[in-house]
Amino acid sequence: MNTFVCIKRVPDTSEAEVKVDASGKDVDSSKFSFDINDADNYAVEEAVLIKEAKGGTAKVICAGPQDADVMIRMALAKGCDSAIRIDDPRINVLDPLQVAKVLAAAIKGQEFDLVLTGCMANDDGAMAVGVALAEELGVPHAAMVKKVEVGDGKIKVQRELEGGIGEVVELTLPAVVTIQTGINEPRYAPIRGIRQAQKKELKVVTIDDLGLDENEVNEAGSLIELQKLYIPEVVSNAEIIEGEPEEKAEIMATKLVKGGLL
Amino acid sequence: MGDIFVLAEHRQGELRDISLEMLTKASELAPKMGGEAVAVLIGSGVDSFAEKLAGYSDKVLYIDDPLFADYNSEKYQKVLVELLDSYKPEMVMIGHTTQGVDLAPALAVEKKMPFVADVIEIEHVDGKPRPVRQFYQGKVNADIAFKGDAPYLITFREATLEVPDASKQGKVEKIDSPLKEDIEYRRFIEYVEAEVGEVDITQSEILVAVGRGVREEKNMAMIEELAKAINADICGSRAATDAGWLPHDRQVGTSGKTVKPKLYIAIGISGAFQHLAGMKAAKTIVAINKDPEAPIFTVADFAIVDDLFKVVPKLTEKLIELRG
Ligand SMILES: Cc1cc2nc3c(=O)[nH]c(=O)nc-3n(C[C@H](O)[C@H](O)[C@H](O)COP(=O)(O)OP(=O)(O)OC[C@H]3O[C@@H](n4cnc5c(N)ncnc54)[C@H](O)[C@@H]3O)c2cc1C
Ligand SMILES: Nc1ncnc2c1ncn2[C@@H]1O[C@H](COP(=O)(O)O)[C@@H](O)[C@H]1O
Repeated sequence: MNTFVCIKRVPDTSEAEVKVDASGKDVDSSKFSFDINDADNYAVEEAVLIKEAKGGTAKVICAGPQDADVMIRMALAKGCDSAIRIDDPRINVLDPLQVAKVLAAAIKGQEFDLVLTGCMANDDGAMAVGVALAEELGVPHAAMVKKVEVGDGKIKVQRELEGGIGEVVELTLPAVVTIQTGINEPRYAPIRGIRQAQKKELKVVTIDDLGLDENEVNEAGSLIELQKLYIPEVVSNAEIIEGEPEEKAEIMATKLVKGGLL
Repeated sequence: MGDIFVLAEHRQGELRDISLEMLTKASELAPKMGGEAVAVLIGSGVDSFAEKLAGYSDKVLYIDDPLFADYNSEKYQKVLVELLDSYKPEMVMIGHTTQGVDLAPALAVEKKMPFVADVIEIEHVDGKPRPVRQFYQGKVNADIAFKGDAPYLITFREATLEVPDASKQGKVEKIDSPLKEDIEYRRFIEYVEAEVGEVDITQSEILVAVGRGVREEKNMAMIEELAKAINADICGSRAATDAGWLPHDRQVGTSGKTVKPKLYIAIGISGAFQHLAGMKAAKTIVAINKDPEAPIFTVADFAIVDDLFKVVPKLTEKLIELRG
């Protein structure tokens, strides 16, 4: 089994204040901390598990800046064999279809049985790149996968549906599968792996190297256009409990008990 | 021209709410676009769905064929490509659901359609539909314009609007499936039912819900004490169940359970829309989160903006004291 796994570097904004910058088309990311996207971390683990069980290779693909090398090395330390990073500011990361084109160009022409992506990038939440990538590569796909069983020339996957229901589908390989969080338990990189990772190949390419015409993947060539970013008005009718933490706890407890909410 | 196609969604013999939600939005937009709201229904043995959809649309286009006994995105894609070529709608709406995200991006690539995913609102600007979506898990909104030619494609987020009573009588048109043969490269095998645990949180009156903010499994002890003090069951966000702090059947949200307790205490949960969809119907919601911008506060009745590790133990202590 030769597997490619696509990973994206994303900011952790779950606790950060997000501010729109002066251009109105981007956010001020100077204070964000970045790491591998949640679901992609599970996709890396799945690629390594498949390699361990079936042999073959697991290769990493990432379109992103040099800062992404840290997380790419981490994937290599966990057992992936090599990586390609597409470093090109012309890529319009706001259009998942264009990102899919870039990733497809990096994979095309190489032998592969399976491509894994995360099911969703936490920053743009599009849930689109993996399925678009399958179409670009001309292979079948299944999205939101929480179980993978590799067979002979085929793969059986369980897709996660609403309400905790699963759907088992069978795909003919090669195929693209988008991985849902929780599918496995991502390992920590072993010390030995971290040392070995430094010696593994990490190739950095541009879109020209991939034979792409810049208009296929830049903002001008996109069929959509970001007009404006803004902070949504937070409509909250909540009663805000004020005070020191202990006071808040006391006030809340009193409201729950005396207000008959329990 | 000007028509909006809405792909009806159904599973295991049930029409899913997103279908009517999208038709409600399409019915509002279609007159501005000089067209009709058209429900597109693909399935097998789905007469009753066609009838129901007619109440919300100007027209129902409907394929009833054993080929579509179960959902298969690759088959749907083939059918939709044919329908788009023959009917030339201006916009296509597909649910931003586990079905829709498995279908729409591939359709967009094949038909070279301008595509925006996870849309929460559609305005009509300069004679064109103009979607609004979000970035950074609900913290930023984005107005996005379609640049290329119609048909435009969007996936529309679930549970963003109320569906009124049926008020239309769309004409129902049954058509033959343009797809004649099954496909081999993707096959539906079976459904797997949701896990059942020892506690059915959909029946719980009081729920204490935990999220990533709780940090580590060992901190669950503090949560258990709170739950015990008020006879609550414990549930959590996906982050909490993925981390293994709770079994999967305790997950609340679109891919977990929908709960309606009397009281829901959300601790260290940001309030991603997938989570809110599963708990916003709770009668009273208390949210404890140190981030004042956390979307969980949009559905909360009581907001405690603070460090949960300082608030929760004291809350437990006081509750025990007051309840005797
Ligand atoms: C297809 C799909 C389906 C999904 N289905 C579901 C679902 O059914 N249910 C679900 O919940 N999610 C679901 N998700 C995941 C969802 O998008 C979010 O990632 C998830 O809900 C986040 O969980 P969280 O709020 O616990 O974590 P985070 O978003 O990381 O939030 C943690 C919160 O804790 C707060 N916090 C941290 N430390 C403290 C402290 N000391 N004191 C107080 N507050 C603190 C932070 O401010 C933050 O708001 C789904 C995602 C996908 C892609
Ligand atoms: N720049 C990128 N480089 C590598 N993989 C990416 C990139 N952007 C998106 N992906 C992959 O596509 C998945 C879905 O992203 P999205 O469609 O943006 O939600 C992610 O989880 C990644 O696996």
